[in-house]
Amino acid sequence: MDDDGPVIPDFGEGSDCVTANRTFCWDWAREHWDDTLQPALLQHLWLTAIAVAIGFALAFALALLAHRVRRVEHPIGVAAALLYTIPSLALFQLLVPFTGLTTTTVEIALVAYTLVILYPNIVAGLDGAPPEVVEAARGMGLTRRQVLTRVELPLAVPAIVGGLRVAVVSTIAIATIAAFLLPKGLGYPIFYAIKLPEPFKTEIYAAGALAVALALACDAALVLLRRAFVPWTRRGAA
Amino acid sequence: MSSAAEIVFDRVTKRYPGRDVPAVDGLSLVIAAGTFCVLVGPSGAGKTTALRMVNRLVGFDEGDIRIDGRSVRGLPPVELRRGIGYVIQQVGLFPHMTVGENVATVPRLLGWRREKTRARVTELLQLVGLDAGDAARYPAELSGGQRQRVGLARALAGDPPLLLMDEPFGALDPITRSRLQLEVRRLHREVGKTIVFVTHDIDEAMMMGDRVAIMREGGRLAQYDSPDAILARPADDFVAEFVGEDRALRRLALHTVAAVPLDPADAASRANGALPRVDTDTTVRSAVSLMIGAGADAAVVVDGDGSEIGILPLGRAHELLT
Repeated sequence: MDDDGPVIPDFGEGSDCVTANRTFCWDWAREHWDDTLQPALLQHLWLTAIAVAIGFALAFALALLAHRVRRVEHPIGVAAALLYTIPSLALFQLLVPFTGLTTTTVEIALVAYTLVILYPNIVAGLDGAPPEVVEAARGMGLTRRQVLTRVELPLAVPAIVGGLRVAVVSTIAIATIAAFLLPKGLGYPIFYAIKLPEPFKTEIYAAGALAVALALACDAALVLLRRAFVPWTRRGAA
Repeated sequence: MSSAAEIVFDRVTKRYPGRDVPAVDGLSLVIAAGTFCVLVGPSGAGKTTALRMVNRLVGFDEGDIRIDGRSVRGLPPVELRRGIGYVIQQVGLFPHMTVGENVATVPRLLGWRREKTRARVTELLQLVGLDAGDAARYPAELSGGQRQRVGLARALAGDPPLLLMDEPFGALDPITRSRLQLEVRRLHREVGKTIVFVTHDIDEAMMMGDRVAIMREGGRLAQYDSPDAILARPADDFVAEFVGEDRALRRLALHTVAAVPLDPADAASRANGALPRVDTDTTVRSAVSLMIGAGADAAVVVDGDGSEIGILPLGRAHELLT
């Protein structure tokens, strides 16, 4: 599928299923896996990975700042929440005059949305260390930095991973809208198929199902990651 | 066995902002090296504040605190704290670390070699009555009593000359508490460290302390003496009321019958089945209670084998109190 895609729908060879535009045609999906579905899936994964990575780095830095300087904790949270209230399409429109119809525009919007999910989760995780544990750590002579790296951060991992799960899944969903600006990601086949004179069901469902599958797979990976990092909650008795 | 440290509170005052009454008001206290000193008093008496000023978790406004003659302000707080054991009521074990890693905290901060740290962890777990195999468990897998044992081992790990304990048994059930009380007394005899112990429980204070500092509202010291002297001669009405009207009985609880002069056991007493029989490690208070309950004026003292050592007349309790 090219950027200046054909005006006349390209239904390939056109099996009976495809010409009749039935609910789902496996033959079409198989045939166009390589040229349509797989590239869109990889682009989508890439859009999501960059957005979550940058969003996480920013949210983490802001959360560390808020943990250190309590006064800024609330203002940062409010700012992030305000960003979240802007509809994504509107945010794209706001950014286009500055960054154009580019991946940058899409990523700025996606990062902004991950912030509002990741920031409060990381802050809550860091603040969630039981006070008596922090008290004991200080009483034994850990420095502030040691309290952070050896106690507060490890104990924050469950909350942080919890935030990452929501951020990843929601970014995968929101990233489909990127196709409004760019021929990229799983949103593009959907937009394309919807805009045909007769919306092509197979392509819409295939791309949609891939987005759902991607979200589920990433979520499962994060659950495994959490288990690896948080051994102490698995063996809890009593 | 490391040396113990002498602690001196020298007219220490702490005021929290926005409060009229100081939390600690001109506290002066000399705690000799190796002493088990208990700070006791009602809530708001500044006991915990006084304790936390020693390792500078709380700063003070006036006066000074010296450990072996050196002001606690002479060291960076982090360094000071690594040389002082600290045990709190909620224990505060690191939930994400195993028991062994918890105990190894201070040795690691002090940069001990791995083998030395591991040996120390094993030694301490034994000292506090846990198995070496418990080192691999997580705190969530332990009972409350076991957790506080780990807390104790962790506080002792760096071999500090001074141990601060803030209501360490306050959250435990009565049976676990009394068992740990006895063990901490034993531990104090074995390791010979200076211990400063905060409690609001006068029974615990009298049972644990070599010396007891009674504090009153407004962070003032009401009396500082041995438990026996405080019970015999309360300094004022506040202390008399705080230690309770049964202070004579409490004094009797400080002595076991083994430490009291006994009358020789004779044929008549042996024949008298009505006399209650008590072990040598029974407190005089319990012996008196048994006598009163049995309507007897004496008790037969027996050793572990059940053989009679002597007779404790009821009147001996009077003599003990005078």
